[in-house]
Amino acid sequence: MKPYVAILRSRFLTLLQYRAAALAGIGTQLFFGFVRVMIYDGFYRSSSGPHPLTLDQVTTYIWLGQAMLLLAMLDVDKDVAVMIRTGNIAYEMTRPLDLYNLWFARAVSGRAAPLSMRAIPIFVVAGIFLELQKPSSAGAAALFAVSLVGALLLAASLVVLMTISLLWTVSGEGIYRLASPLIFFFSGLVIPLPMFPDWMQQWIAVLPFRALIDTPFRFYLGSFNTTAAVMALLHQYVWIVTLVLLGRLILTRGLRLLAVQGG
Amino acid sequence: MIFDYIRLYCRYVDISLRGQMQYKTSFLMRSVGHFLVTGTEFLGFVALFNRFGQINGWTLPQMGLFYGMISLCFAISEAAQRGFDIFPNLIKSGDFDRILLRPRSPAFQVLGQEFQLMRVGRFTQALIVLIWSAKRLDIQWTVANLTLLLIAIVGGMCLFSGLFVLQATICFWTTESLEIVNCTTYGGVETAQFPVTIYRPWFRSIFTFVIPLATINYFPIHALLNLRDPLGSTRWVQWISPLAGVAFLLVCLQCWRFGVKHYTSTGS
Repeated sequence: MKPYVAILRSRFLTLLQYRAAALAGIGTQLFFGFVRVMIYDGFYRSSSGPHPLTLDQVTTYIWLGQAMLLLAMLDVDKDVAVMIRTGNIAYEMTRPLDLYNLWFARAVSGRAAPLSMRAIPIFVVAGIFLELQKPSSAGAAALFAVSLVGALLLAASLVVLMTISLLWTVSGEGIYRLASPLIFFFSGLVIPLPMFPDWMQQWIAVLPFRALIDTPFRFYLGSFNTTAAVMALLHQYVWIVTLVLLGRLILTRGLRLLAVQGG
Repeated sequence: MIFDYIRLYCRYVDISLRGQMQYKTSFLMRSVGHFLVTGTEFLGFVALFNRFGQINGWTLPQMGLFYGMISLCFAISEAAQRGFDIFPNLIKSGDFDRILLRPRSPAFQVLGQEFQLMRVGRFTQALIVLIWSAKRLDIQWTVANLTLLLIAIVGGMCLFSGLFVLQATICFWTTESLEIVNCTTYGGVETAQFPVTIYRPWFRSIFTFVIPLATINYFPIHALLNLRDPLGSTRWVQWISPLAGVAFLLVCLQCWRFGVKHYTSTGS
């Protein structure tokens, strides 16, 4: 466990250096959030029917989404991608470490560092000036935190899966280019998941992606009763375990087929 | 003279496209990826209209017209202006010094750096939405209406091109590219997907008078659909408003020339 924690720590600290990029990202995200909120405001003003979320809840959902964007905006691990292309992955395999755990640790810190740098300022600005509301209760805040950890682990397991897919495509253009927009869509970042039509809800409920964004946010808003809360956490952690096991399986197969291309 | 430039530009594009076609799978994956990114975003709007019915009296096909026009313009400029988008690299590597030595205008050479074909994903998606919306709205494709659409799209391409040129111009002073400019390009597309009247008045004014995105779709669409504009624009204003995009580009090119004059090499 120790070496993986060390990797997680050192990479986290390295990534914290990219402060200028984070700052620019924050400005852009605040702008996009602002536009979105105005659009929803327009929709709510134009219709009176009952809606799955109130305008205040949607506004909070949007700001949380802008803050936590990186939880569902997934990309492969760029450094590992280069290793696979150049063949340096052979060195990685000689280390006395488990390759899956190594990549997983990298993926966790690769998400967590930029995420915390962007999330905290957006949280503060949107909370003070832009109608991001407080968690509905102390319990809601605690459950939000728990499911946020789950979301981070789930995101890491998806990143590793996408990275592993590169073992089969030398050019480095894996299926992840197609997967990432779909993950984004089904996580709740394009529009809040409760806004989708009713016939889609049962599918969205099964897919793992809602656990990245929608589950933590709904905890924050306090929309779950006890049963729903337990089911939501169960859904999240079952998917984490499943995807980690799947990733390990595919990685073992992939490494067996791996041919390092000289150089 | 002008033919010489056109011939040279075609040659630039040809080289760039042949380069990109060396990696066909990569190109295909990226294009489909772009299609999915914008496609799913539009599906989100479909779901919202499904739930709410309308926004400020505008229906989904009408909004699709706003969306399609602005997205189409952006896709074309994004592909063509890629050179200005990656301009910081030219400054950092010092390659811009070489460009200055050649007997053609620097702006023209930067333009010729790359024509990014994978933006065809957004282009196709926007075109599908545009055609679908026009069909649902029963727009008569008379010569007049087609001309108006063409003027609007040319105006929009110029406007976005201007923004890319401006973004590159800032690099003369900052060397780094400023991601905050994305608020005007990507953020501009996001904003202008909806009629500007749904936004707060001060925000609407910015996108009407400072970065005149409303002139690309909001005003022309009132003429296309034969609607009365609550902001009070007359028909002839709606017709000539996209020319604001052309004017915007000319102003941006002036800024660029000023930037080139003040350029000092990074020395790498």
